[in-house]
Amino acid sequence: MGRSRSDFNWHQYLASKLEEDLPQSVMSFYRNQPFNESLTLGAAEYVALDFETTGLDPEKDDIISIGLVPFSLNRIKVAQAKHWLVRPSCSLSEESVVIHGITDSELTDAPTLLDVMDEVLLALEGKVVVVHHEFIEREFLYHSIKEHLNIELLFPMIDTMAIEALQHRKGWRNTLKKLLNLRLPSIRLADSRARYGLPRYQLHSSVTDAIATAELLQAQVRYLYSEQALLSGIWR
Amino acid sequence: MEAEQIEIAEFLGRFPPFSYLPENTRQRVACSIEIGYYRENTDIFTFGEEIHDLCVVRSGAVEIYRRNGNLYNRLSEGDVFGQLGLLMSNRVRLPARAMEDSLIYFVPEAMFTELCDEYEAFAYYVEVDDHRMLNKVVDDQRDSDALSSEKVSSLIARSLVTIPIGATIRDAALRMTEESVSSLLIVEEYPPYEDGGDSRIDLVGILTDRDLRTRVVSQGVDLSAPVVNVMTRNPKTIDKETYIFEAMLMMLRFNLHHLPVIERGQPIGVIAISDIVRYESKSSLYIVGLIHRQQNRNELALVSKDVPDCFVRMVRQGSSAHMIGSAMSVIGQSFKQRLLELAEEELGPPPVEYCYLALGSMARDEQLLITDQDNALILSDDYIASQHGAYFESLAAFVSDGLNECGYPYCTGRIMATNPRWRKTVSEWRTCFSDWIDVPNPDALLNCSIFFDLEGVWGRNDWAEELNKFIVGRAQNSSKFLASLARNALLRTPPLGFFKEFVMEQDGGHRRTINLKRRGTAPLADLIRVHAFAVGSTARNSFERLDDVIEAGILPDKRGLDLKNALEYLAMVRIHHQVEDIELGEEPDNTIEPDTLSDHERRNLKEAFGVLSNSQRFLKYRYPFSK
Repeated sequence: MGRSRSDFNWHQYLASKLEEDLPQSVMSFYRNQPFNESLTLGAAEYVALDFETTGLDPEKDDIISIGLVPFSLNRIKVAQAKHWLVRPSCSLSEESVVIHGITDSELTDAPTLLDVMDEVLLALEGKVVVVHHEFIEREFLYHSIKEHLNIELLFPMIDTMAIEALQHRKGWRNTLKKLLNLRLPSIRLADSRARYGLPRYQLHSSVTDAIATAELLQAQVRYLYSEQALLSGIWR
Repeated sequence: MEAEQIEIAEFLGRFPPFSYLPENTRQRVACSIEIGYYRENTDIFTFGEEIHDLCVVRSGAVEIYRRNGNLYNRLSEGDVFGQLGLLMSNRVRLPARAMEDSLIYFVPEAMFTELCDEYEAFAYYVEVDDHRMLNKVVDDQRDSDALSSEKVSSLIARSLVTIPIGATIRDAALRMTEESVSSLLIVEEYPPYEDGGDSRIDLVGILTDRDLRTRVVSQGVDLSAPVVNVMTRNPKTIDKETYIFEAMLMMLRFNLHHLPVIERGQPIGVIAISDIVRYESKSSLYIVGLIHRQQNRNELALVSKDVPDCFVRMVRQGSSAHMIGSAMSVIGQSFKQRLLELAEEELGPPPVEYCYLALGSMARDEQLLITDQDNALILSDDYIASQHGAYFESLAAFVSDGLNECGYPYCTGRIMATNPRWRKTVSEWRTCFSDWIDVPNPDALLNCSIFFDLEGVWGRNDWAEELNKFIVGRAQNSSKFLASLARNALLRTPPLGFFKEFVMEQDGGHRRTINLKRRGTAPLADLIRVHAFAVGSTARNSFERLDDVIEAGILPDKRGLDLKNALEYLAMVRIHHQVEDIELGEEPDNTIEPDTLSDHERRNLKEAFGVLSNSQRFLKYRYPFSK
């Protein structure tokens, strides 16, 4: 997964996208990418994004719910939060129903990902996308769009889990722990939040998790960075 | 597609004022908010900054300051702030700072305004400042309390039964039998004035079944003799507008079974103890009766075991703090009276006249369960120590030991009649109080909260009344004494409020427990005493003193009512806490742990403390101390 490494050349990639022949919503999304070298954490507009999926394999499983919420470092705009249920092409496995609590019957009347894609892209447009565990959001979006439209939809994101890993799994102690197969500090969303005094949420939905992710980034920036820090230092 | 915010809505639903809203409205609020994270020790709002949201602490802790930098409040999960700024020109009045890492929910102004407009409970919670909230709680309590809200007139079940002044004893007895009443009013009737109007009757006396037994039959009095010979002349009466509980207390105090009810000077009926019993549980009356029938100290000690149950019963019936305090004081007084009777039986009649004094909370009718015995003796000026000293020493010891056996422990400060210092003649007491008032040194003031509230319970109670009048008169005219008394009343301050499981002090410190007497009701009583003396009130009870103070108009508008409500509320919390202790089988005390308080109680207590604190500031200003 070279495209998710921090040394991936996003400049070059994004520039090349503008040369492609893309649907209007996708083109507009790329044209308004906020990515530039001088953008600071404090000045950026963000949007936290979270998916619920039928499983963990982006090639076989599908997105069934999308939640997002726009925010700045000071305020998370819950009033502008959005949520979509998305009808998957595969059926739901029992175990995933247990996790996200969404059942087949709720999804039979839901639109497909293609139906809602323009709305989702519009909500993301011009904003820095923030996720917890970039693999899920990035790969599922990539595969779904690739499969249906044969378009490669990739863009930089901020991953609060990667920030957490960098903070809490670096250093010789943790390297030693890793070698000895000892437990490393958990960087799951709930555990990461607890380190910053953020409350534990009882309910899991893509919107709640998007809000939880936004809160986590606000906390991480207050703890680890300054508002003047450059965004390019942490996005991937 | 709009997202539902169930997690947020559920959180809001756990705390007022959002818990007052219907669920779908709460959902709309949840969908309207913004969220912000604040690192520990960072400002959320600074003074004068613009504010357009009501803030809710989602997690963490927030401190609110006064403009001068003093801590005003400390908030935790579910608390709201910023309403003052929203209601007043959108400027932050009280700066807010995160004291721990905190997550804050911001409810936008438009939503806030809509909620205030549509939901009265919500508006009430956010708009009303401290004391008005408290008033409402106390009013609600009062509404639910039949004894203290119902008037004597509601007890009058039948029309007045009277007989003219010229009747014989036989006439009276026949009339009572005809009407099946246990008491009869003897009246003088006047015809209507010539220019019209109603006829008028004057109450001359009362005759009861008991009187017929004790004054007529057993004495062999001729039945054709005039009834005026055996009636009780000029009996105590009660106005029809009086609250039932006051009637009850009057009957207890003077050991009356029947009380004529008066309207504009005219008798309109009689209430009997049995009428009140229908309202009040028998308990407090019953115990008082029981006390007076016990034959020795052991028996009295046994009766005293029932006092806590009586207390619990009164509380359960929703009696007010004033009523409970009065009933407990009357019970305490009865123990003293009966012990003194027994002492006189044992030691023989006193060689000179005396008055046994109750001091402190009992004299104020504010006694609860745990009270030291504070007492003293006023002796006749004929007293000669060498001849009479031994008698009064024995008498005092008998009563103090008896009281100790009945659950009124010895006073640790030895303010008891057993202490020769506190057995003084009438003139000595006058000199003593004059000295205290004229030269108010710290020593004299140390015990002022005890000595300056005195009530005679036995013997020459008129001496106690005179002494009280003397004290008030002298104190009223000594601005130096009043200033010293005021300064003394500021020694004990209330806490700021509560935070999580801690009591918050004004200086930002915490403690685990709070003594509600020492930090609440006692400083309030001290403060009220200063004002009472200043206006020359001879009342002892704090509520009654406040009435006099309010009438004298020396307090800022409404402040008197705030004080009353604060006193009632603090006393009620103390009382309820003692009831809980009793029900848990523990020794009742005045100490509470904040984690046993509900959010509601915390809020109201905090407001009551606020009233006390404000009033202490006023006291300092009203009675300035100059050297």
